[in-house]
Amino acid sequence: MGLQAYLLLAAAVFAIGLFGVLTRRNAVGILLGIELMLNAVNINLVAFSRFNGDLAGMVFALFTIAITVAEVAVGLAIVIVIFRVRKTVEADRLDLLKG
Amino acid sequence: MTLALTALALPFLAFVLQALVPPLRRSGRGAAAVSIVCVGGSLAAAARLWLAPLGAPLVRRWEWIPADGGPLVTVGIYLDPTAQAMLVLVTLVAFLVQLYSLSYLREEPAPALGRYYTYQSLFAFSMLGLVLAPNFVEMFIFWELVGLCSYLLIGFWYERPAAARAAVKAFWTTRLGDVGFVIGIVLLWRATGTFDFETLFGLAEAGRLPAGLALTMFLIYLGAVGKSAQFPLHVWLPDAMEGPTPVSALIHAATMVAAGVFMVTRAFPLFAVVPEVLTIMAWVGAFTALLAATMACVENDIKRVLAYSTVSQLGYMMAAAGAAAPSAAFFHLLTHGVFKALLFLAAGAAIHAVGSSDIRQMGRLFGALPQTGIVFLIGTLALSGVWPFAGFFSKEAVLSAVWDGHLVGPFLMLALTALLTAAYMFRVVFVAFFGADRAEGHPHDAPPLMAIPLWVLAFLTVAIGVRVAVAGGEMHHPRGWLTALSLGLAGVGVAIALVTYQWRVISPAALSRALRPFDFMARRRYGIDGAYAGIYRGIILGFAWLIGWIDRYVVDGLLNALSAGTLSAGDLLRRIQNGRAQDYVYGVACGLLALLVASQIWR
Repeated sequence: MGLQAYLLLAAAVFAIGLFGVLTRRNAVGILLGIELMLNAVNINLVAFSRFNGDLAGMVFALFTIAITVAEVAVGLAIVIVIFRVRKTVEADRLDLLKG
Repeated sequence: MTLALTALALPFLAFVLQALVPPLRRSGRGAAAVSIVCVGGSLAAAARLWLAPLGAPLVRRWEWIPADGGPLVTVGIYLDPTAQAMLVLVTLVAFLVQLYSLSYLREEPAPALGRYYTYQSLFAFSMLGLVLAPNFVEMFIFWELVGLCSYLLIGFWYERPAAARAAVKAFWTTRLGDVGFVIGIVLLWRATGTFDFETLFGLAEAGRLPAGLALTMFLIYLGAVGKSAQFPLHVWLPDAMEGPTPVSALIHAATMVAAGVFMVTRAFPLFAVVPEVLTIMAWVGAFTALLAATMACVENDIKRVLAYSTVSQLGYMMAAAGAAAPSAAFFHLLTHGVFKALLFLAAGAAIHAVGSSDIRQMGRLFGALPQTGIVFLIGTLALSGVWPFAGFFSKEAVLSAVWDGHLVGPFLMLALTALLTAAYMFRVVFVAFFGADRAEGHPHDAPPLMAIPLWVLAFLTVAIGVRVAVAGGEMHHPRGWLTALSLGLAGVGVAIALVTYQWRVISPAALSRALRPFDFMARRRYGIDGAYAGIYRGIILGFAWLIGWIDRYVVDGLLNALSAGTLSAGDLLRRIQNGRAQDYVYGVACGLLALLVASQIWR
């Protein structure tokens, strides 16, 4: 399999993740979408690393995974706090920033 | 030189002391003492200077504004016999007026009195500086200072709306002329490259002045028109009566209005090269004299009568200058300065005694105020041009000069003015000092502090006249028919006043009915004040309204439109901010996509 297949896969995963972020009404679902987008990036990094014979991409993928974990931890914590305060996690109703 | 500088510096010193040391100023009498001592010293210096004969003009200059090829402007003193005589007149009148004021204004609160003397000192300093100025720039500076001081002193009782208005009117009217003056000075500098009198006179004497100075000199003459209250800028002087009476005496005799005539006399070598301007000067002067004399005939306020007579006499001086006889003009300025100060101070004493300046409320004052009556009579005789009082000789010199200048029209106007002058002055004398009605209350003569200046001035009025009558002198070239004419005119004027107001053979009402059109016009000041008010309302207020409209609807409108646009744009844009994070991300994604597509298309 060539590089293109990996990149297509990554693009597809990214698009799915973006779609999820844009359309899911549940905040947890949005976080999942973000995870997918980040993983699409990881696929890209690993694929390029593999095909270019350069380990830097692998290292970066590790970094991304670590940061993703932190992000999910913070994100879920925020979602939980929001739920406690607003009794909902529906993104449409979280419009405190409305101008 | 030192004496001249001393005379100049002393009043300035007094002013600085009073201005910078508030306790001195607020003490009132202390400030007055400083002021009087300084101007007295100034008088002594001026008198000492006057006794020393002077050959060529004494000039001393210091560089002020440096420029390539010699200083652009200098400061210094220019002392010639004219300046010498003027110094004595200014310091003398200022000294006597300050002395007199001490008694006249004794009921003023101390701080106000201090303020009064501060202004007085500055006034004396400004006028002396003007007299000694060696170039047009320095003269203009002092010229404006004189205008400022008369503004301050006319508006001394600034709580009174009439006084405040009169002060502003005086300031603005003279300022109109000053615009011409300053433009003229600059034009003259462009034409000749110098402001300096000595250089300019040298050029004039050598006939090397550039041609086409008529407009320039006319503009400079405009300055004198404003300052010396010539038609049509004479309107401020009668209103200036709102100030304290001693201030009127100072303004009318030695300072403010004298400045214009003095400037014309000083710069006469330059005026001499433009006969057109001289002709205008003579006609305007004579017309002013006649116009003011007719207005004085119908005025009932003693100070206003004197004010119109000043305008009238200034017209005489200007007419003489216009007839190419600046020495006659200056002679009349000096004698007029003395007896007009006398008349004003005497009128002040009468007003002080009666408590009103309306001559109809006075009457038989001669019995109650013999001293005031005598000195007022002396001043009146001098002003009417009766031999051997000072006014007779100077007036005759003016008439003679105008006749020699072949100015028949102005001569006739001035002759008629001489008649009217005698008539209106004796009208005041008969109504206020003799007359049938008695003044109310118990008027009494002025206290010594007020009487002394009166007697000094009365003595001088007689002494100058007698001196000229006995010694002849360079100013007096008797000419039989002219002497007879001027005495005859004065006699007729006195007779008219006597018959009408003392013996009442002709009733004043009948007289004014007989001269109905003149009476009607003169009582309304020929509509000149009204015309100015109309112009003010029509043009100035109209212009102000227009500017106001533009400001309100164009300038403000623009800003309002701008702010309204911003607000509605914000209103439109806030709809996008719905607060849902997902929609923002959607925007970001779309934008990113658009950028990507764009970068692919226009790579």
